[in-house]
Amino acid sequence: MRDQGVVGKGLRVLRQAIREEPGPFAVGVAGAVLHSLVTIGSSFVLGAIVARIAVPAIQEGRVSAGAIALAVAAILAVSALKVSGMIARRLGAGAMQFRLQATYRRRVTRRYLRLPLSWHHKHSTGELLSNANADVEAVWFPIAPFPFAVGTLAMLVVAGVALFVTDWAMALVGLAVFPLVFALNVIYSRRMSPRVTRVQELRADVSTIAHESFDGALVVKTMGRETEETTRFAAKADELRDGLIRVGRIRGAFDPLIDSLPNIGTLAVLVVGTWRMSTGAADIETVTSVVFLFTVLAFPIRAIGWVLGELPRSVVGWERVTKVLSATGDMEYGPRETEGHGTPATLEFRDVTYTYPDGSEVLHSVNLEIPAGRTVALVGPTGSGKSTIASLATRLVDPDDGRVLLDGNDVRELGHGALADNIALVQQVPFVFDDTIGGNITLARDSVDGDDDVWTALRTAQADGFVAKLPDQLDTEVGERGHSLSGGQRQRITLARALAGAPRLLVLDDATSAVDPRVESAILGALKKSKNPASVLVVAYRRATIALADEVVYLEHGKVVATGTHLDLLDNVPGYANLVTAYEREEAERAREGAFIEAEDTEEEEVSA
Amino acid sequence: MTTVDAAVGKEQDGSWQTFKRGLALSPELRTGLAGTLALAVVATVGRIVVPVAIQQGIDRGITAPGGPFPGVVATVALISLGVLAITVCTSYLMNVRLFRVSETALASLRARAFRHVHDLSMLHQQSERRGTLTSRVTTDIDQISQFLQFGGLMLLISGGQVLIATVVMFTYSWKLALVVLVTFLPLIWIVRALQRRLAIAYQASREKVGVMLGTIAETVVGAAVIRAYGVQRRTEERLDGSIEDFRGAQFRALRRSVLSFSSGEITSGICLSGVVIVGVLLGVDDQITIGQLTAFLFLTTLFVQPVQMGTEILNDAQNAIAGWRRVLDVLDTEPDVADPGENGQDLRLGPVAVSFDKVHFAYPGGPEVLSEIDVTIPAQARVAVVGETGSGKTTFAKLLTRLMDPAKGQVLLSGVSLTDLRFASLRRRVVMVPQDGFLFDATVAENVRFAKPELSDAELYLAFTELGLADWVDGLPDGMNTPVGERGEALSVGERQLVALARAYVADPDLLVLDEATSAVDPATEVRLARALDAVTRGRTTVAIAHRLSTAEAADRVLVFDAGRIVQNGPHAELVSQTDSVYAKLHSSWVEQTRST
Repeated sequence: MRDQGVVGKGLRVLRQAIREEPGPFAVGVAGAVLHSLVTIGSSFVLGAIVARIAVPAIQEGRVSAGAIALAVAAILAVSALKVSGMIARRLGAGAMQFRLQATYRRRVTRRYLRLPLSWHHKHSTGELLSNANADVEAVWFPIAPFPFAVGTLAMLVVAGVALFVTDWAMALVGLAVFPLVFALNVIYSRRMSPRVTRVQELRADVSTIAHESFDGALVVKTMGRETEETTRFAAKADELRDGLIRVGRIRGAFDPLIDSLPNIGTLAVLVVGTWRMSTGAADIETVTSVVFLFTVLAFPIRAIGWVLGELPRSVVGWERVTKVLSATGDMEYGPRETEGHGTPATLEFRDVTYTYPDGSEVLHSVNLEIPAGRTVALVGPTGSGKSTIASLATRLVDPDDGRVLLDGNDVRELGHGALADNIALVQQVPFVFDDTIGGNITLARDSVDGDDDVWTALRTAQADGFVAKLPDQLDTEVGERGHSLSGGQRQRITLARALAGAPRLLVLDDATSAVDPRVESAILGALKKSKNPASVLVVAYRRATIALADEVVYLEHGKVVATGTHLDLLDNVPGYANLVTAYEREEAERAREGAFIEAEDTEEEEVSA
Repeated sequence: MTTVDAAVGKEQDGSWQTFKRGLALSPELRTGLAGTLALAVVATVGRIVVPVAIQQGIDRGITAPGGPFPGVVATVALISLGVLAITVCTSYLMNVRLFRVSETALASLRARAFRHVHDLSMLHQQSERRGTLTSRVTTDIDQISQFLQFGGLMLLISGGQVLIATVVMFTYSWKLALVVLVTFLPLIWIVRALQRRLAIAYQASREKVGVMLGTIAETVVGAAVIRAYGVQRRTEERLDGSIEDFRGAQFRALRRSVLSFSSGEITSGICLSGVVIVGVLLGVDDQITIGQLTAFLFLTTLFVQPVQMGTEILNDAQNAIAGWRRVLDVLDTEPDVADPGENGQDLRLGPVAVSFDKVHFAYPGGPEVLSEIDVTIPAQARVAVVGETGSGKTTFAKLLTRLMDPAKGQVLLSGVSLTDLRFASLRRRVVMVPQDGFLFDATVAENVRFAKPELSDAELYLAFTELGLADWVDGLPDGMNTPVGERGEALSVGERQLVALARAYVADPDLLVLDEATSAVDPATEVRLARALDAVTRGRTTVAIAHRLSTAEAADRVLVFDAGRIVQNGPHAELVSQTDSVYAKLHSSWVEQTRST
């Protein structure tokens, strides 16, 4: 059913295009109309030159220089007008197409910035990239020939009138042929639509596989799975090939048919014209002009076909783009501003429940509090929901139930940007922009004031040493995802980014995992001595980190199992004790084994041999 | 900038060579070429039918003495109609063949380019943006197919049309034909000059689109950071800037292409004028008839149209050829860490011993990051590698697994130089778990099976059990069939590491290299995992880069890295007793962190 309306839908997209870019459209159409009129005119000019200059000259056996000059001037004038029309048409169409692309790319990416993280999680990177790029491009593909097609329509009207004025019989031929061309084009669009849609999907699939495979190139390489990956990719590429061949079949059939129609019209005109001449109703000039008119129309009439032919792809693109543009679920922001600048913040979770989109519950009725100026450690086994708490604290996601309060205000009531001014999150996996070191730390925030702040933050994050050694220091470009830096360096850059904004609450999500123990303890020490005191929520495993905390919240399977001081929990919560003393117990265990092995020295040698 | 200019310079003289290179690399393109060309010739005849019919109709049916004769004209028209019908059919057949052959050839080119990207060295892969590599096997090839099926075909047909028109023009009047040819000669130079400028504009536009895509990708991938830091405005500015830059570049390229096309139109005006002048003069001189002159004017348009179209297609061709060249360049890049293949040898069966023989390494254009690494790891040893961030540990692991080759010295496995080992053997026996456990967008089971597709569900579960991870798997919403999301992002970082480790374990390697493979896993799980691994990898060689020194304490031997050199090498107990040594300091810091209460 969907291809039924493809032409109608496509025309609505075109109408939208005119509404958004009337200026370039007007220029393009004006150029196209000029070009078309001159093209029609040229056939009459040529007919007139043949009939009024060439025929008499050849019949009389002489020619005047003036007549020739007139003919040449007419032809050149026609050429000049044609060129100016064409330049206006193309530049108008191009300006329109490129502007629309840019506008919609801006709109789509604006939505990406506004829509919540939960929406992002439901869409793959590849999909979002192609929405902003390939889909937007596909929507506005028909714009390139659009003014040309509109000009051609105008030309057809004028040509029709001219035909009727010249000779009604030959005009009837045109009346039969041109609607037929249009009808054939419409059928063509409809037949193409489902095939083109399928091909677009397959293109996206091929691209997704390639992107993912190259993203995981290291795994593919270290496991030696290049051949299997190539097979996976080739299978999709073959599907795409078959889809493209199916498209080609239709295209291959319709193209010559549509091409031949004006030719058939020309032949018909010739026959009809001769008959009209034989009855004395037309003269040779009329017939030549009309025949020539049909020849010159053959090409521009294809422009209509190009527009119609691109409509299915355009409509598919439009549907995908509008899905992003009309996506809802934006984070609502409230009117409240925060106070207490320069003093540590309080954060509280009250009965917070959070469920993944797939329905699995990650957090269940979580209660916790980070009093102003205190450090709270969040401890729990792998997969117990710690990172989700960090995301809720910084309002990357909103709870399904319960409230997150900053200084007693529900974070959902705070104004846009208010939370970011107060809370800084350092994620487990550091994300670095393709920018300079300095740019990555300041992120052009007003709250970060110049290089001094940046260096101070770098010092606290123990990153000043390596940055100072870089060739361009703060101006060093770090490359895509910061690939020129090591994991530990990336982590310290993101830590410095958080510190540079002098947040009132710092959320560290296992943010020092790639940092050596000594470096980590130095960072933690510096944090304590910082002149901008902040409350800290730290996801941690190391006991030194935990030791810095005033309070520990112990989490298991999305529930707070216990809250208290480290020593308190160590004594009373077996799960907690088991987790944090794992290394010690391991060492003790090993020591026992070692003693045992030493005692049975000879046996040990036999084992290793 | 110099590299870009050089690249453009290279593009200029290379279009034809690129085309030939492309054809040589895709011999499938030549399948049934003769038949397709024959069909194309017949199809081209279709374009010449109508003008000839007009000439015949006018001369024999209309201006013939005693005329007009509608019957004669009708006969001419009917014959032409028959010819047209035949050419429509041949066009269809030609199109279908063309689509089939070109798509088949390009699908195989896609797959080959894809494979080659994987064969490139890790350093080479990382020096390119992911999006750029992806476009090598997607949009670049799409451009080639567009060009072959439309531009290339049009070029072929247009060429045929020009040729036929020229021949017919010469039979009507060689003098007029010469006029046409002479007026078109200057166009060749003009178009060449304009196209050089156009190529530069297209190049600029391609660079801008790359930057734009990178910026959009960051907006998507860095969504969390952008929100957490409230930097939407800055991101908007960067996006708007890159989108606008690309739009500008596109428009500049368009302006240049319009210029090139206009020159064709003006030339055709001049040409037509010349034909009228000379034609009338010849007619006056009784050398041609009115019918012939009229037909000639039509023929001129038949000659002009394809020439104009040709200049237009050549503009598009610039783009397609550039895409083709980029694909070919990928295929032509010799992998600098290459599989010795046939000339290589297999790794001897049994436990693997490792030795580094005076190895040095520096990243391209960078300082030396490893110096004079001279160390032997006996078979079956369990070695821990420790050192501060940036001391060269990860580089050591990459050289050990031949993700990179040393600048000086060599790495030997069981006495054989790594460069002599076949990849098929090397990758099966030596497996590394990198720092970030990349997972594919599939289920947990499918990700582990990546290493060994033939494993049954029961065997997979057994592997998790052996690693002490059965509890964890059971706790997942859908067990082993839980989807992990894109890059594994539906799992926590620590969980991703568990899957990556299981994946390496089922690969059953003789040398297992762990690069901080459990850095995000909780201590209890890590200890349990370490114990389990210890048990299941007994008898094999393991090298573990560790930032938690618990790993070092358990190892047979510890290698301590400092500023790119191995400064200590021995069992934990021995090294820790060397007071003031790098290891002693690292260890005391570790103890301080794990024991303080």
